Amino acid sequence: MIFDVCQSLAGSLHGLLLAQNEASSLRFFPESASTLAPHTDALFWTLVLICSAVAIGIAIFLVYFLIRYRASSSADRSTPPGTILWVELTWMIIPLMIFIIIFLWSAGLYFFMKRPPKGNALDVYVVGKQWMWKFQHPTGQREIDELHVPVNKTVRLMITSEDVIHSLFIPDFRVKQDAVPGRYTSSWFTGTKPGKYHIFCAEYCGLNHSYMGGWIFVMSPEDYANWLQKNTVAESMSSAGAKLFMRMGCSGCHLSGGKLAPALNDLYGNMVVLADNSRTIANYQYIRDSILLPQKQIVAGYSAIMPTFAGLLKEQELTQLIEYIKSLSADQKGRLNERSY
Amino acid sequence: MNDHTSAGRVDYLNNGYGLKSWLTTTDHKRIAVLYLISITLFFVLGGVFATLIRIHLISPRGVLFGPSIYNRMFSMHGIIMVWFFLIPSIPTVFGNFLLPLMIGARDLAFPRLNLASWYIYVVGGLITIVMAILGGVDTGWTFYTPFSSMFSNSYVLLTAAGVFIVGFSSIFTGINFIVTTHTMRAPGMTWFRLPLFVWSNYATALILVLATPVLAVVLLLIAAERGLGIGIFDPSLGGDPLLFQHLFWFYSHPAVYIMILPGMGVVSEVITAFSHRSVFGYSFVAFASMAIALIGFFVWGHHMFVAGMSMYAGLVFSLLSYLVAVPSAVKVFNWTATLYKGRINFEAPFIYSIGFIGLFTMGGMTGLFLAALPVDVHVTDTYFIVAHFHYIMVGGMVMAYMAALHFWWPKMTGRMYNRPLAVIAALTIFLGFNLTFFPQFILGYLGMPRRYATYSPEFQMLNVLSSAGASILAVGYVMPLLYLFWSLAKGKSAGQNPWDARGLEWEFADSPPIPDNFARTPVISWHAYPYDRPALTIGQEDLFDSTLKPESPDARH
Amino acid sequence: MHANNPNLKHQFSTLEQQHHSYVAGMWVFLATEILLFGGIMVSYTVYRFQYYEAFTAGSHDISLPLGTVMTAILLTSSLFMALSVRASQLNQPKLCALLLAITIILGLIFLGMKAFEYYDEFHKHHFPGRHFAFHGVHLTHVALFFSFYFVMTGLHAIHMMIGIFLLALMAVLSLRGHFNSERYEPVEMAGLYWHFVDIVWIFLFPLLYLVGTAQ
Repeated sequence: MIFDVCQSLAGSLHGLLLAQNEASSLRFFPESASTLAPHTDALFWTLVLICSAVAIGIAIFLVYFLIRYRASSSADRSTPPGTILWVELTWMIIPLMIFIIIFLWSAGLYFFMKRPPKGNALDVYVVGKQWMWKFQHPTGQREIDELHVPVNKTVRLMITSEDVIHSLFIPDFRVKQDAVPGRYTSSWFTGTKPGKYHIFCAEYCGLNHSYMGGWIFVMSPEDYANWLQKNTVAESMSSAGAKLFMRMGCSGCHLSGGKLAPALNDLYGNMVVLADNSRTIANYQYIRDSILLPQKQIVAGYSAIMPTFAGLLKEQELTQLIEYIKSLSADQKGRLNERSY
Repeated sequence: MNDHTSAGRVDYLNNGYGLKSWLTTTDHKRIAVLYLISITLFFVLGGVFATLIRIHLISPRGVLFGPSIYNRMFSMHGIIMVWFFLIPSIPTVFGNFLLPLMIGARDLAFPRLNLASWYIYVVGGLITIVMAILGGVDTGWTFYTPFSSMFSNSYVLLTAAGVFIVGFSSIFTGINFIVTTHTMRAPGMTWFRLPLFVWSNYATALILVLATPVLAVVLLLIAAERGLGIGIFDPSLGGDPLLFQHLFWFYSHPAVYIMILPGMGVVSEVITAFSHRSVFGYSFVAFASMAIALIGFFVWGHHMFVAGMSMYAGLVFSLLSYLVAVPSAVKVFNWTATLYKGRINFEAPFIYSIGFIGLFTMGGMTGLFLAALPVDVHVTDTYFIVAHFHYIMVGGMVMAYMAALHFWWPKMTGRMYNRPLAVIAALTIFLGFNLTFFPQFILGYLGMPRRYATYSPEFQMLNVLSSAGASILAVGYVMPLLYLFWSLAKGKSAGQNPWDARGLEWEFADSPPIPDNFARTPVISWHAYPYDRPALTIGQEDLFDSTLKPESPDARH
Repeated sequence: MHANNPNLKHQFSTLEQQHHSYVAGMWVFLATEILLFGGIMVSYTVYRFQYYEAFTAGSHDISLPLGTVMTAILLTSSLFMALSVRASQLNQPKLCALLLAITIILGLIFLGMKAFEYYDEFHKHHFPGRHFAFHGVHLTHVALFFSFYFVMTGLHAIHMMIGIFLLALMAVLSLRGHFNSERYEPVEMAGLYWHFVDIVWIFLFPLLYLVGTAQ
């Protein structure tokens, strides 16, 4: 279909530009290094084609009319039309139809972008702060301004900010998502080519906004295994979270058998009934809000006695707690309820 | 054609000399000139910032300054260009000058309010200049929270005050235009006999009046958060930084239509004058202006696709953003068709207008790219966006401003400028513009983010190309400054209707017009662009052609 | 060409056009005010739904009786305002000025009560910021409620002060014989403004004072 044609067109143009990339440090087109990139590029090139066609069409009419009807020519100028209804309607309806088709295509691709593939994925927590990017692997590794991931594996990103709004931008993956303080936003990618790819901050965040960047290293399975080995860490996020859970006193109420506070087993990913009879899913945002803004949503059957931990926990400690609470809901095989992502 | 030389004739320019007579004037034409001077000053100031930015970006490490100053440079450039040049420009200079003339009135409905608008503009502008001298603001013209309200160490409150004040200038101008268009039309001037420039300014005035107050609200809230320390957008208090973005863009997206609609009105006038025929599809163009104003209020979310909005909101805003492109496309097609069976003269205003059609089309079509959610996710906050809006604002709006300036200069001043030189300047601007901004589309897709004081080395060549183009563009802008000024002293007397155009300002008003605009109140019996009859002249204001019947504006012309 | 009626401004052709233009201008200006207050009310409403309990607690804390009395006073002042416009229409400048004076006094009483309310809230440490403290319930979003309370009522109060100044100006001009049955638009326009400020309060009152009272 059109999609395939455009994809192959994109492919060949793309190949040309990539050859140029390799030949010199001058680039005209980014790498295509994720499962998303070819799709975005196909849409992009299609739009380029359509818009070029329209632009050329208008230019042809313009040039033709400008030449033919210049003052010194003897063209026929009798009864210039005030309007021609079918012409007006045509050039309203045809563009509208084209726009709707493009909208439907882009909406479909957008659904794809917004829904990370389920199943076997690597969850990475990202914290943006002036002026660096902090990454946390569930296995416990922490990186600053660099992220090492294996190739062909879906990486799901849970992103937040410690201060102002930042934006995680990986041009070669065609991925961008703002990091907003006080909440989680999410994104995902699947790297398809081992290599080193730019990370940029794409939301102006103050003085060193243009320095706030880094690299994503997509690695072959062997290289990734090596990297993991060289970077073993004492404890995973969830075991660190378990320790925090005790140390901060959460266990006092939450391990009281449901008397003082709701039990947290099987919380993550499931429905919670609140005091005002509304329902919500216990996802990352819910757990985070419960810790920092406990009065925001009270669970049915409990009083509003939970103190706030705002200011007492760093962002990365919060995510460790969340990983721990997630682990309480994993089934025997370590699988989680995926609804909540 | 009559040629009223100035011997003994009183016109609005020589009707009282001295600073006091100008600073206390209520004549809409003098106020237009006052605005012309102040707007030109701000355009130059904003242009200086732009020049410094382009020089600085020649090298990846930055040529001129460190990030602290660079961040202030682009912020000041944006603030000055948006609020002190683009938004006022055509309405306050040409809208003020022409609206009463085009509808057959002596003045606007509220002349003193008009003068107040100018003073308020000046006060807002002075505050902004003071702020710039004190060190400027480094938040970008978009002031996103929590950076602007809780983190920035610059003059945010002072800037907010300046912009808040100049907002009132916009609102008062809008009120004046709306009421004037409704109540002050001369006998026989029905809505569908109005020049399309009036329709465009009317639609603009509607947006000015309805959108600007929301800007006032958001500035007040930032001031409260920053000045009083009360948290409205502060996440630790449960505030939502995204609420700021919604409020801000609810104003700022219609604001871009405030900036472009008057330019479209100018293009309608100039294309008809220099094709020497009526516009094709009059009512379609008129209704398209209103449609753009209306739909433009419902698309603000497309600035926030990656901000953390829900997926469903994204889809709604995407669809509406496609819809708003339709009326703009309709206008472009109608202007092109207006050339059919015309008698075309390639004067400078016409060159600028054709340039507008080309560049606005390109800029507008890249808007389609941005309405496509997946593409926008990749290119938002990159130079693709910068290129997109500069194509529309500079390639579109500024060229329309230049077209207006060159078209109505003889009417406003009574002088003609050097016409060949003007054509050369227009072509220089067109060339310089494309060289400056086309490479930025490529830079954006490559991934160069915007508002970067330093950048990754692989982006350098395209940046150098862009800066080279900017130097050509600068030359193009300096030229009119010089020859237009020169024409004031040494230009030939222009005559009442040097372009043989149609419209009340050309046919019944002198160059320059008398203070009351018309010797007698015109009585209108023709459609807006009567190129099917010879131009009338002063003295024929109520010539009624009984052979013409009231007709539809789109009828055979 | 132009009538020599001293009541007719130079740019207008007829009195009717003049009257029509002035009134239309004021209505368009009021439209901008609707967007101004509307914008901030929408923001308030978003948070009110998100943090219902906190906003209820905040709302219960500000004085409902006081708010009710203030509403009554403002509504009454609008009555006198309408009567003063009528007096001006009927060529009764002294009566007009008197009625305007009563309107102003009622407005000043309203502002006085508001000032008292503010003082009270300051005293209870309810002004948001570093020194904010809300006893009783430990709700972090109550500060947000008070932020909006002060901004919204403050904005309204500023509009009232502008209105009072306008009315005083109208009263003085009326006494000086500026208005008559051909030319009373300024009073009418001031009246429209005053009624609008009143209507804003009619929206603010339930939004701020009546949260959670239906239950």
